[in-house]
Amino acid sequence: MLEFLRQPWHWSISGLLIGLTVPILLILGNKSFGISSTLRQVCAACIPANIDFFKYDWKKDSWNLFFVIGIVLGGFIGNSLLSNPNTIVISAQTQQELMALGIKDFSGLLPTDLFNLQNLFTLKGFIFIVLGGFLVGFGTRWAGGCTSGHAIMGLSNLQIPSLIATICFMVGGFVMTWLILPFLLTL
Amino acid sequence: MILKNLKYIIAGTLFGIIAVKSEIISWFRIQEMFRLTSFHMYGVIGTAVIVGMISIQIIKRLNIKTLSGEKISIAPKSFQKGQIYGGLIFGFGWAITGACPGPLFAQIGSGFGVITVTLLSAIFGTWVYGYFKNKLPN
Repeated sequence: MLEFLRQPWHWSISGLLIGLTVPILLILGNKSFGISSTLRQVCAACIPANIDFFKYDWKKDSWNLFFVIGIVLGGFIGNSLLSNPNTIVISAQTQQELMALGIKDFSGLLPTDLFNLQNLFTLKGFIFIVLGGFLVGFGTRWAGGCTSGHAIMGLSNLQIPSLIATICFMVGGFVMTWLILPFLLTL
Repeated sequence: MILKNLKYIIAGTLFGIIAVKSEIISWFRIQEMFRLTSFHMYGVIGTAVIVGMISIQIIKRLNIKTLSGEKISIAPKSFQKGQIYGGLIFGFGWAITGACPGPLFAQIGSGFGVITVTLLSAIFGTWVYGYFKNKLPN
């Protein structure tokens, strides 16, 4: 059983299971799938600073804080007990293109060339580790949701605003990948 | 409080395992998606959306209730300009970090401690949005 689970999962199985998160949360407690709101929850709980946007009863929605604690645990289990013994197989073309941009380590989930603590104090590391995170937090809140809240939950519920948001996520990602990342990766 | 929320910890744990195993938390997979060099991510997200859509239709049509017998209701999303501006900014960040908020938590659990800094920065980004909210087009 464990051996079976450890091998890489086909995209259709992964997609099916991620999609099932939507009805599971609805049935467990009438909760709409969405993760970026937890970032707002942390702000409201820890650093509200008298800002209206953070003055609400965050405790009422504390379920999602427990959900993300679970995600951390699941991340640990997924990368230890159930981890794929082999390197993730990405397409040869992706690998070639990224090698040309200076990525050397393809062994893990993230390239350690970019994401390591020593790099944090270099310009490149600062951009990938700190600025990237800032854009994720700032952008998702302005957009009112992220991949889970808009692209999965919103589209599942046939919401046009979520379709617009998802298209913008993709356009932003394409612009960054094609026009800006080649420059940032060779800094 | 923990006992009441245990079901969400378990659901989150399953989601975290799925996020790792589906490789959606891999920076390389996100790059493939934006470089259009692999179908993997499109397959995962596309399937997830179809499954979510069918599930919500079933819940609505069969009037399925929550475990405690409550009627299931989903708040509709209303259009705001932020979905465009914020969406583009999140897209930039997604391509740089290779992670949306959910995967950030899973990456930390997977042993990438340095991503804690990315998460704190994302929380700070959310805070800065809250600070400037009234000055931004929403």
